[in-house]
Amino acid sequence: MSILNSRIAAFSTALAVIAFAGGDAVAQKKYDPGASDTEIKIGNIMPYSGPASAYGVIGKTMEAYFKKVNAEGGINGRKINFISYDDGYSPPKTVEQARKLVESDEVLAVYAPLGTPPNSAIQKYMNAKKVPQLFVATGATKWNDPKEFPWTMGWQPNYQSESRIYAKYILKEKPNAKIAILYQNDDYGKDYLKGFKDGLGAKGASMIVVEESYEVSQPTIDSNIVKMKSSNADVFFNITTPKFAAQAIKKMGEIGWKPTHFLNNVSASIGAVIKPAGYENSQDIISSAYMKDAADPQWKNDAGMKGFDEFLAKHMPEGNRIDGSVMYGYNSAQTMVQILKQCGDNLTRENLMKQAASLKDFTTATMLPGIKLNTGATDFAPIEQVQLMRFKGEAWELFGEIISGETGG
Amino acid sequence: MTTAHETATAAPATGKAAAAAAPSMNVARAASLITLALLLLAPLFLKNFYIFQMTQWLIYAIALLALNILTGGSGQFSLGQSAFYAVGAYTAAVMMEIMGVNYVLTLPAAGLICFVFGFLFGLPALRLSGIYLALATFALAVAMPQVLKLHFFEHWTGGVQGLVIIKPDPPEFIKTIGVKMSQDMWLYYFTLVVGIGIYIASVNLLASRSGRAMMAIRDNQIAAAAMGVDVPLYKTLAFGISAGITGVAGALGAIAVAFVAPDSYTIQLAIALFLGMVIGGVGWLPGSLAGAAFMVFVPNIAESISKGLSGAIFGVILIIIIFLVPHGARQIAYMAQHLIGKIGKSS
Repeated sequence: MSILNSRIAAFSTALAVIAFAGGDAVAQKKYDPGASDTEIKIGNIMPYSGPASAYGVIGKTMEAYFKKVNAEGGINGRKINFISYDDGYSPPKTVEQARKLVESDEVLAVYAPLGTPPNSAIQKYMNAKKVPQLFVATGATKWNDPKEFPWTMGWQPNYQSESRIYAKYILKEKPNAKIAILYQNDDYGKDYLKGFKDGLGAKGASMIVVEESYEVSQPTIDSNIVKMKSSNADVFFNITTPKFAAQAIKKMGEIGWKPTHFLNNVSASIGAVIKPAGYENSQDIISSAYMKDAADPQWKNDAGMKGFDEFLAKHMPEGNRIDGSVMYGYNSAQTMVQILKQCGDNLTRENLMKQAASLKDFTTATMLPGIKLNTGATDFAPIEQVQLMRFKGEAWELFGEIISGETGG
Repeated sequence: MTTAHETATAAPATGKAAAAAAPSMNVARAASLITLALLLLAPLFLKNFYIFQMTQWLIYAIALLALNILTGGSGQFSLGQSAFYAVGAYTAAVMMEIMGVNYVLTLPAAGLICFVFGFLFGLPALRLSGIYLALATFALAVAMPQVLKLHFFEHWTGGVQGLVIIKPDPPEFIKTIGVKMSQDMWLYYFTLVVGIGIYIASVNLLASRSGRAMMAIRDNQIAAAAMGVDVPLYKTLAFGISAGITGVAGALGAIAVAFVAPDSYTIQLAIALFLGMVIGGVGWLPGSLAGAAFMVFVPNIAESISKGLSGAIFGVILIIIIFLVPHGARQIAYMAQHLIGKIGKSS
């Protein structure tokens, strides 16, 4: 008996050894340049200087968030080494910095470079080098193209699907609307405009009574607003960046023009737009969102918002909590951390893309309730949902259901 | 590469230094040969990324050379070089991507188109001088990105989205002689050859009758006219030539970066070019290399010191340079020459 027992014991020990060895072989660590047992190098390019330097705070927020993650032990024991360079929003400089990150710093991936022209400039290079260009910080529609560019992925809802949602809403609620449009004369403005016109369809062309554009360098858009009022339009689609959006809302209040006002998500910030423009001028504006607005009183006691404030207090005391860019960086960085976690010990560029393309109902505590990030092998658009909201009193009132904007050129 | 001072491009302010330079001509010649050798050999030992940076450096040097001919040669200011650079870049991009023309052929085309553009712009500019001319060219630089975005041109320029260019591979004959060369290295040597060609042509231009006429206009317009120099012709010619060379630089830049967009050619570029010229030394052609090095590398240095304050640090570096060596790299070169000459005499 005892002999048998000892034999069994020996056998099972042997079995255990084999199983252990086998398990070890399966969980073998795999690394591409930029990853090791102790570190994951992530590159980033931001306009810390130049015309778009206001967005530089996104990079600073990401840096602070990764610092927090590192302080809490890192990801599967590895620290994130976040290398962020300035391109001044100038595409040739972006190319230089991207090449520096890939060829000199040898990062695992370039994460969240900001702006449509800078990202366009490096897209071909990144894909030729097979280095992930992940979660680019631009709302252009073209980043969801896994067939042509399997190494490039967007993050935020794209401009075209957002404006298509407004167009649909107008067709349903106000089929006889006379529409005025004001847009910024650049890639962002024209992308919104295209989505809106596509959404209105053939009939829509006749609904638009006036279409005004302005340049970012323009000091004020007051005259554009006055001109649009004289067109007697009863719907206004406002495709402007925060400074101009505040000007527009204020001027409309002054001259008493009260159309149904659609404001693009870019400028839906209470702190940067609504408050300076005046609450009374902003009543009933319709917009859409996917993240919580820190200036919105309805999230005052929200657990997610408390976490956000804690993060700011501890890791980024200089951060302005009502700046939408801070919230953006906070949420985007969490998405990045999520896919790095999913990668486990297989930190190859290929696996990173694979994990980025297999997000399942991921969400953060500071996204709007119900917004979920989903990706797949043919779906490189993580956030495709937004919710319509109307400004009432001093807060956005969410209404209707979470709407999925369809993708498509 | 330092033969330019022989051609009397030196401004009167540095006449003393120029006089001292004569005996040490050999030093200058040696310096230019060493520079050339370094430019030829350096890429063989560098990573592709650094070769790419060096290519950009050479391209900006060509653009600075063009500005130097205009300002140093004919005494006219321009803050609008970015506009000519953009026209050159878009010429190359449109020809390569939409018409399918070989990239080598886009350079002369860009040069020619920009020459005509610059020459035509030079005509109204004749009525302006000094800071007023600088303002007129400034307007050109501000307008250019918006013009490129115009709906009317969008079919060609790609509008706000810009155009992506396919980077050219090294030609077949290099492969057949058994040399393996990356795209970056090929583009570097290609740019170097174009740059040297333009440099030699520019030195000869300034040494020629036309060059002397331009410099006479720079020094005293009335005296030049009294001596029979056709002032309007040479002034516009200087504009045209400068614009043409800038256009070639722009085309090279577009090919090297493999992308053009209106945001690449804003007023910032024009100001950077102007800065580069001052840093290199106005009117001193070899200084273009030093000025371009400043344009490419100093912002990176500033950024590595502090990300948030990179602009302020850049400014501080700039002020220090202007304070210590107001004539830029040219002054350093003369000081070095003087020193070497002294050592040579005492030994």
